[in-house]
Amino acid sequence: MSVKSWVRFGLVLAVPCVMVLASCAGKTGGTDLAEQEMAEQLRQEEEAARLAAEEEARKAEEARIAAERLEREKAEARKKAEAKAAFLEQHVHFEFDSFALTSEAMKVLDAKVAWLRNNPEVKIIVEGHCDERGTREYNLALGDRRARSVKQYLVDSGIADARIATISYGEERPLDPAQNEAAWAKNRRAQFVIR
Amino acid sequence: MKKKIWSYATVFVMIFGLLIVFPGPSSSMDEVPIIDIHAPFLRKIPIAIPAFVLAGEQEALLDAGEKGLEYFAGAVDFSGYFMVQSAHDTPGFPGLDGIVASKIDFSLWKKQGVELLASIGLVLAGDGQLEMECRLFDVVQESLVVGKRYRGPVSDYRRMFRLFASEVLFQVTGRQGLYESRLAFVSDTTGHKEIYICDYDGTGVRQITKDQSIALSPAWSSDGNWLAYTSYREGNPDLFIRHLDGGRGFHVSKPGLNVTPAWVPGAFQLAATLSFEGHQNIYLLTGQGKVIKKLTHSWDIDVSPAFSPDGKQMAFVSRRSGSPQIYVKDMESGRVQRLTYEGNYNTSPAFSPDGRHLAFVGMRRGEGINIYRMDLDGQRVVQLTQNSRDNEDPTWSPDGSLIAFTSSREGVFNLYVMTAYGTDQRRLLSMPGGQTTPRWSLKPVRFE
Repeated sequence: MSVKSWVRFGLVLAVPCVMVLASCAGKTGGTDLAEQEMAEQLRQEEEAARLAAEEEARKAEEARIAAERLEREKAEARKKAEAKAAFLEQHVHFEFDSFALTSEAMKVLDAKVAWLRNNPEVKIIVEGHCDERGTREYNLALGDRRARSVKQYLVDSGIADARIATISYGEERPLDPAQNEAAWAKNRRAQFVIR
Repeated sequence: MKKKIWSYATVFVMIFGLLIVFPGPSSSMDEVPIIDIHAPFLRKIPIAIPAFVLAGEQEALLDAGEKGLEYFAGAVDFSGYFMVQSAHDTPGFPGLDGIVASKIDFSLWKKQGVELLASIGLVLAGDGQLEMECRLFDVVQESLVVGKRYRGPVSDYRRMFRLFASEVLFQVTGRQGLYESRLAFVSDTTGHKEIYICDYDGTGVRQITKDQSIALSPAWSSDGNWLAYTSYREGNPDLFIRHLDGGRGFHVSKPGLNVTPAWVPGAFQLAATLSFEGHQNIYLLTGQGKVIKKLTHSWDIDVSPAFSPDGKQMAFVSRRSGSPQIYVKDMESGRVQRLTYEGNYNTSPAFSPDGRHLAFVGMRRGEGINIYRMDLDGQRVVQLTQNSRDNEDPTWSPDGSLIAFTSSREGVFNLYVMTAYGTDQRRLLSMPGGQTTPRWSLKPVRFE
């Protein structure tokens, strides 16, 4: 038997003895025993309180970690949503009667390529649009060329051909119906839609 | 005003609509001032349209006569080639004692300042049919230009007046077909762009498509029975070829564009721009929508085909030189020739019905978008619209007398009409929303 076991054995014997002693001593030296008992109780209560506090702290910590994780997840989701929104809302703009990609347009398209790489399951439609100047019929063809030149850039950047469809709306769907240079510039665009 | 004018019995037995030409002096044709569409200026011919003359007390014809005369005066005026003086809008306008030359006081009409005079007599035949006897006189020469008699149910009075208006216009322009024609156009009245048709004067509007999508570019077949157009009904800009009675038809849905249809004159075939092969080229299709062959072979945009009336030439817009310009392809030799050199933007070609002119749209810096007319022999160009914002989509009436077009001169795009000279520019019709792309029906010919 180890020392610990002996101590435990001793305690097993000692506790009933103390109890017997205490009951016998009830009438003689009771005060000392009661004090000891109270101290013991106090100690136990303190111990319980300490354990409870520890438990609470642990739970709080867990909650904090969970909240942080949620926050992180939310932030990630928000970032993802923002990236998606940017993908859908940032348009590729063109000069009048042109389907050539400007350096600005290519910058916008590079961001689209990155997003498409991060979202390999997504299939898209590239819409070609024109401003209201010029002729309606010619603008249908110009919108087609704009959508196709954007698609070509994406394919050349490694995005699978099969993921990209194109459509021309000519001048039929302006973003801004006003008749001024700012509105026309806004309306000459390629716009992305998720299929 | 109701005088007995029928000095001789009207014993013609005619089926409805049939007409008989009076034996007028054969030389009279030469004396009528035939309007030359090639002349640089248009002089309107003053014409008197006095009240009609009734044979006997025939109250039953009063209503038809009055409404008919109003319609007739309006139709003659609509052509833009006449200065109309009529009993309908001039109170106290001189009347007629009779409709034949011997009953007409030409000096009175000369004083009135007119060069032509239309006399119209109505009689209710024994069988209840309406008989209309109409004459056009040359007031200066005091001679009969043409006489016609029409017969049919009273309820068809409008048609008879229309036939005579057609005759009057024919006498001065040498061509017919305006008053029988219709226009197809696009309107967004319902909130969606749909195809509509109307009569030559903008009346009788009827909605053709109900796709609730975007419908564009209506094109009449040369027999007048089919319309081809583009619709986004199924998502993509597809071509629809539709019979106007019953709506049966065909659907062309190649990947990419299926746009800007134009029928081949006298055939159940059409040209249209398709982009399924990657470039926007013009293809020849059967009326059922099957590709027959490729008509243009460009690496850049080719769009808006338009055939000459004999079908031997096809004008189209191409960006092959770096800006949209009008080209013409000889269908037999395949040779392509560029027609426009002025400015960086020339589109929407439309051959005149005699094949001698081309109307088109040009954009010039500081001048907006305007309609021009090119004489194909000599390629002289005349500007037909100016100082009126955007003017697009020219289309010739089947007699070549008028050009309908779209203009934003009053804000939103609406339909307008002018003479082939650019005179008499006015709204064609008034309906809610915007209207674009008028296409005049052709003088009907049967398919070969």
